[in-house]
Amino acid sequence: MRPFSYQRATDPTSAVQALSAAAASTPLTKATAQPLAGGTTLIDLMKLDVMRPAAIVDINPLAQGWSAIELKGDEVLRLGALAKMSDVAAHAEIQRNYPVIADSLKLAASAQLRNMATLGGNVMQRTRCSYFRDVSYENCNKRNPGSGCAAMDGVNRMHAVLGASDQCIATYPGDFAQALIALDAVVEITGRSGIRTMPFAELHKAPGNTPDIETTLQPGELISAFSISGRWPRSVYLKARDRQSYEFALSSAAVALDVQDGTVRDARIALGGVATVPWRAREAEALLKGQAFDDGLAQRVADAAFAEARGRRHNSFKISLGKRVVARALQQAVTMEI
Amino acid sequence: MSDSSSSKQSAFDRRAFMAGAAGSALVPITARAAAAEARPPVAQDPALPVDVTLHVNGKEKRLRIDARTTVLDALRDHLKLTGSKKGCDHGQCGACTVLIGERRVVSCLTLALAAEGQEITTIEGLATDEHLHPMQQAFIDNDAFQCGYCTPGQIMSAIACVKEGHAGSEADIREYMSGNICRCAAYPNIVAAVKQAAPEIMKG
Repeated sequence: MRPFSYQRATDPTSAVQALSAAAASTPLTKATAQPLAGGTTLIDLMKLDVMRPAAIVDINPLAQGWSAIELKGDEVLRLGALAKMSDVAAHAEIQRNYPVIADSLKLAASAQLRNMATLGGNVMQRTRCSYFRDVSYENCNKRNPGSGCAAMDGVNRMHAVLGASDQCIATYPGDFAQALIALDAVVEITGRSGIRTMPFAELHKAPGNTPDIETTLQPGELISAFSISGRWPRSVYLKARDRQSYEFALSSAAVALDVQDGTVRDARIALGGVATVPWRAREAEALLKGQAFDDGLAQRVADAAFAEARGRRHNSFKISLGKRVVARALQQAVTMEI
Repeated sequence: MSDSSSSKQSAFDRRAFMAGAAGSALVPITARAAAAEARPPVAQDPALPVDVTLHVNGKEKRLRIDARTTVLDALRDHLKLTGSKKGCDHGQCGACTVLIGERRVVSCLTLALAAEGQEITTIEGLATDEHLHPMQQAFIDNDAFQCGYCTPGQIMSAIACVKEGHAGSEADIREYMSGNICRCAAYPNIVAAVKQAAPEIMKG
């Protein structure tokens, strides 16, 4: 690990100030100062020499103000960005009214990592592409822009079939983000000029020609909270992986439904483990709305979700696996007792 | 137990000898109490060591270390508490699991600086002179290890697993202990040990 200077943020203003050192044009991931929350991605990638910040700003002292789990009135859930994954997963109201959130968190990582990792850090988690994580591979457009992509013709079994470009096929690895994008979450961002909000769907950027730019956050900006409108008791997170526990998704689906008298009034579907960013399957959702649910419909919806998918040498299996995951998640959501 | 506690107190052991022979990793800290109190909240010079006060197993430990030092390396290299093991050093294997406050965490991904002021409990902090912790005893009773390298992490994780209320069934134990890898595959015995110790731990 390279040397860094360490400082503790005492309040949001000092944190933002300390993190604003980099020029505005610097991609956030390369900013000289990085925030430290749970550390489960940052310290790992610093040990691997993938991330090389000159300064670490420990934002854990902000937890008192930034880790609340609040149900405001009846209809808005607000989650502080420094809430721990384990605390949110164990929250009774979230398990009851937002099972897709609770399960996406519970099925991620290990108990130890969930105790450390925060919600804000979790959505900023970086890809597990083995060529990105291993600096002995020079050609990684995410690490070294313009150097090429070792995964294209390498072992790409874990890589993305949706949202890829000819520059990068690295998978977005998280789970919770799929729940957020499915539920139209809003992200609250604290920066130099105060607080701004935007749809969570606008946070992550598909790789395109700039895979090194992963989000729309600027250096000096911190995620301070997420909010979700409405309750989604009929929702599930289904995750298929190589082992039963403590593994990243090969394919996952976040599904939330509003079903009345056998008819689907509203449907939300997001896909994980198969795309370069948290992936909303809107065309698939549209097929469900206003329809009576049956297994044939589930199959057509699943096909639509992967209509644009493109497999490579080792990962084409994710397309058929992903469709089955979507169909099963829909069936589970429809038959839930709420 | 009287045997093991007396050996712990013996004047000479392999670890102490090795640490001494390598040039002590412990920093002479006695004169630095005032400096430790005065560490300003501004960024420190990365080329200089930092003063950190850790609370480990009920004792206050003052260290002067590189800012990059993890809790795991602080425990093993600076405090001679080598019970917590370095397996992968990337948060994947669980061998380094300790409790910070009531929470189980991987100490290899926790900076010592970020753990300052919080109570750290390691495998060395579980037993009294007279008695093993019920989870330690349960691991022995159930033959829950072979090589033993993952065991300190397994035991720390298992205690938290029980206290979190995640030891109600074998399926729960397997799910909530999945962050601790055992390459000898003693898993059935580990599950049995957690089941045995759970009621006693919950009793308090």
